[in-house]
Amino acid sequence: MKGSMIIVAFFVAGIIVGVTHLLPPMSSLGNISYITLCALIFLVGFMIGNDAEIFKKFRRLNRLYMLLPLMTITGTLAGCAITTLLLPHRSLSDCLAVGSGMGYYSLSSVLITQYKGAELGTVALLANIVREVITLLGAPLMVRWFGKLAPISVGGATTMDTTLPILTRACGKDFVIVSIFHGFIVDFSVPLLVTFFAGC
Amino acid sequence: MAAGIATGWLLRKRTFKFVNTLLIVLVWALLFFLGVEAGENPAVIDGFKELGLEALLLSIAGTSGSIALAWALWKFIRRKEGGER
Repeated sequence: MKGSMIIVAFFVAGIIVGVTHLLPPMSSLGNISYITLCALIFLVGFMIGNDAEIFKKFRRLNRLYMLLPLMTITGTLAGCAITTLLLPHRSLSDCLAVGSGMGYYSLSSVLITQYKGAELGTVALLANIVREVITLLGAPLMVRWFGKLAPISVGGATTMDTTLPILTRACGKDFVIVSIFHGFIVDFSVPLLVTFFAGC
Repeated sequence: MAAGIATGWLLRKRTFKFVNTLLIVLVWALLFFLGVEAGENPAVIDGFKELGLEALLLSIAGTSGSIALAWALWKFIRRKEGGER
């Protein structure tokens, strides 16, 4: 719990610094967040390579974990379909298109802006950023309440890159392979589902 | 990632306790930079006031739906693994 509070504090501090322009613009610093992400992925890789047992664990992994991407996609679409009832000015396909972003906000918002206009594109951008932030900040709590698959599922398409380091921490090294497999499949579904629903 | 795996494998005879600490520090840094990027982007901040509620609703709904099914799968796997032992 203390760990998540520190993480939230860093994120909020970042927003405040961004809004008040206390730092020079991020663009002038180059891809500093991208470099940080690369360093994180490197460390996750390092931990996998450093663990002599881990390849045995991969082989022992239950086949049922491969159903997780299906759970993620079905669950997300079901949740977004229900939301249509609360948003009378949005159609079912609008809500499903936003939901199909699965946290992949850059791609989904660009696609939706093209098909449905900038307004729904912005909704897609925000909704999917929020999803990623929920994953990053809430992963330890989700593990405690709903088991180790919940944060991976919430992470959607981001579980093989952006959210992988935090998921590794929350779920343990054994779930790295589930997370990468899940991210790979869901990632692949995003352009297909978004264009399908946005074209409806 | 591949470079990390290779390095870790080459150095597998030694244990590195500091890796965990370094990992959490980098996670803090990443979240901080993500916050700065979001805060600097006027589209995100202005958009949040108007479309934020809608977006929040959709992301919470999508999140809850996937949590529900992931939880069900988790319990199912647990029960199966427990039964086999």
